Amino acid sequence: MKPDLHFSFQADMQSNRLTIRREFDASKDLVWDCYTKAELLDQWFAPEPFTAKTKSMAFEEGGHWHFAMVDPDGNEHWVRFDYKSITPKDGYRAQDAFSDADGSINRDMPVSIWDVTFEDASPRTLVQIISTYETPEALQQVIDMGMKEGMKATLSSLDKLLAKLS
Amino acid sequence: MDKNGAELDTIFLAFADSTRRAVLRRLGDGPASVSDLAAPFDMALPPFMKHIRTLENAGLITTEKVGRVRTCELNPETYAAVEEWLKEQRQQWASRYRKLDQLLKQLKEKDK
Repeated sequence: MKPDLHFSFQADMQSNRLTIRREFDASKDLVWDCYTKAELLDQWFAPEPFTAKTKSMAFEEGGHWHFAMVDPDGNEHWVRFDYKSITPKDGYRAQDAFSDADGSINRDMPVSIWDVTFEDASPRTLVQIISTYETPEALQQVIDMGMKEGMKATLSSLDKLLAKLS
Repeated sequence: MDKNGAELDTIFLAFADSTRRAVLRRLGDGPASVSDLAAPFDMALPPFMKHIRTLENAGLITTEKVGRVRTCELNPETYAAVEEWLKEQRQQWASRYRKLDQLLKQLKEKDK
């Protein structure tokens, strides 16, 4: 058995920052492709049970990736990544924002800046994402939204359970 | 259901103000008296107390008066929601990265 791939997730509430580090059992070139090509991103970027669907992609400085996270009921949640700077194979900086189907950014929702770096750890590759929110309020807003969703989900599963019991 | 909905609204009302969020962040470092909490704000005590009561009604903090001093403390139960959110985020990353592991495996097979 191979040793486990390293994975760490840290939140720093003081600096409004999430840091995600993960090792992959593949070359840096291949991992880089998976992060920067739409046809590959579509195959992994949405967590279960969502799937990612690209509408447009221009991986270049000043370009953007516009895609939807599609839930099992077919609802689309649009996201837009704007690429600020790119150092091929080593990293990129992008702005992560919610958008609509036309690609207009939703300014009412918090935006974060992603700093992504790729490090050769032959035969593996280490990827680090630092996601920074503009202000503590923005991170708080994201947490509040998550909390609201979580509570809604809890309440609706409670409703279902109660319906089953009665 | 209505009761729960009302509680949820109260919590979000409590979060929807920068003074109240600042108070919550300060209480993240530990319990504090109302006068200590009020010190950084250019605000008379009565309106500040209104913020404290809003937070208390939402269940985000608890307060206790001993003598002349009212001490405020975060309510860990409500705050557990933040922990829950972080746990969810971590799970989402773990989930997408499991997909990426599979994809990389397929791509490597194809290369051979």
